[in-house]
Amino acid sequence: MYITISDASREYYLKDKGKMTALHKVNLEIEEGEFICLLGPSGCGKSTLLNMIAGFDRPTSGSVKIHGEVVTKPSENRITIFQNYGLLPWRNVLRNVELGLEAKNISKKERRQIAEEYIELVGLSAYKHHHPAQLSGGMQQRVALARALAVDPEILLMDEPFGALDAMTRMSMQDEIERLWQEKKKTIIFVTHDIEEAVFLADRIVIMTPSPGRIKSIIKVPLARKRDRTGNDFIKIRDRVFEEFGFKDTAEVDFFI
Amino acid sequence: MNTLKKSIKAVVSIFALIVIWQLVVLTGRFEESLLPSPAVVFTGIWDIVKDGTLLNHYRVSFARFLTGYVLAALTGVILGLLLGWNKSVWSFIDPVIQILRPVSPIAWFPFIVLWFGIGDAPAVVIIFIAAFFPILLSTVSGVGNVDAIYMKVADNFGLKQPALLFKIILPAAFPLIANGLHLALGTAWVFLVAGEMVGAQSGLGFMIIDARNSLRSDLVLAGIIIIGVLGLILDRLVRLLENRIKRQWGVSLEERN
Repeated sequence: MYITISDASREYYLKDKGKMTALHKVNLEIEEGEFICLLGPSGCGKSTLLNMIAGFDRPTSGSVKIHGEVVTKPSENRITIFQNYGLLPWRNVLRNVELGLEAKNISKKERRQIAEEYIELVGLSAYKHHHPAQLSGGMQQRVALARALAVDPEILLMDEPFGALDAMTRMSMQDEIERLWQEKKKTIIFVTHDIEEAVFLADRIVIMTPSPGRIKSIIKVPLARKRDRTGNDFIKIRDRVFEEFGFKDTAEVDFFI
Repeated sequence: MNTLKKSIKAVVSIFALIVIWQLVVLTGRFEESLLPSPAVVFTGIWDIVKDGTLLNHYRVSFARFLTGYVLAALTGVILGLLLGWNKSVWSFIDPVIQILRPVSPIAWFPFIVLWFGIGDAPAVVIIFIAAFFPILLSTVSGVGNVDAIYMKVADNFGLKQPALLFKIILPAAFPLIANGLHLALGTAWVFLVAGEMVGAQSGLGFMIIDARNSLRSDLVLAGIIIIGVLGLILDRLVRLLENRIKRQWGVSLEERN
């Protein structure tokens, strides 16, 4: 298996509250090229899990392995996209996209060429000399995507990347990320609390619940791409996810425990 | 339009001040030597401009100012970067700084003369002391306040020192450092004159003391006005430069000030 998470737990020790379990014995296997959505309310540990795969955080027990190797630190082979973009405000779009390439041993000319290619890919060629503050939220996230893809990572980790965008922009960004995923064949692990977003994007939806954070169930989404947000099959799967979270009355009423 | 309005206001307020000054003189309650009239003072200014006295003193003062200020800026920023980065060392040094900072640089004067002799050195050292602390403190706090997400992004893309320092930390801390440099400029200018009044045989501060010794109160007042105007010009020039650099950094100017 490509990514193997076995019995991974993450505990915090807080001065006033004592031990807190952010994540409890999580087991998950992910195949190369899969699009996985981690879905759940806040406090379910989905971001903690993502941070552990990224290498920003480590499990207090259990392990996260990629290609059979334990993840201990961040790597340019798995780039994280943040909700607030993480662009450097003093650099223009071109120089932001070049950032990741600067750590690699490639010539200035080649760097510029690669950056321009990826800016073109996300459709921002007309804005390459703009600074982030001059761009809309959706455009800034495209820059972050171009910057991530420019270093050609195997895995993209996305932490509620469209959470700060309005509903319309979010949908067009979902189309965009699906297109990029199909074109570039990356493995994507995508954290969200938006059920429709998960159903639209994921091969498999990992449903997580809080206190302590753990995986409740995994739902496969066997729909063909590009998915129709208003189609019957789409709505059927969406309803199943609603059920998992208890937002939908089921036919068999079970009041007793 | 806005600048025009501002300059009209400035002209009106300065003109009003001169009118009030002239009216007070016209009451005849003050002797000419205690409060010289505007006309006498402006004639005085014209005289020292014409015979080159002002230019000579100004050159000497400005050379001292530049030496002390640039030295303070270099040591303040470099030390600030190191100490801001190394929190544990800073926690030892901070208390000492907090004791030294409120001491007027003039208080050091007896020691300065003993250690550095006379001539240009005392004024330069006093300017250095005056400028050093605001620059050091703003750099330390600038480095301490670098947004964690920039560090995370740099870590993810595998940026190492010294790239981390020059590409992330310094530019991220720059707006605060620039504020400190600007603040220090004003303080240093104030102490330039003070330094030259107690230990120098030339310079703008000396020019005032010299005028007092020869009982020329009109030239004393002329010196005060010239120092004020030159300080204002210096401040505006630096602000222009600061805004230009900040614009390059992509920091929105409306957010600050």
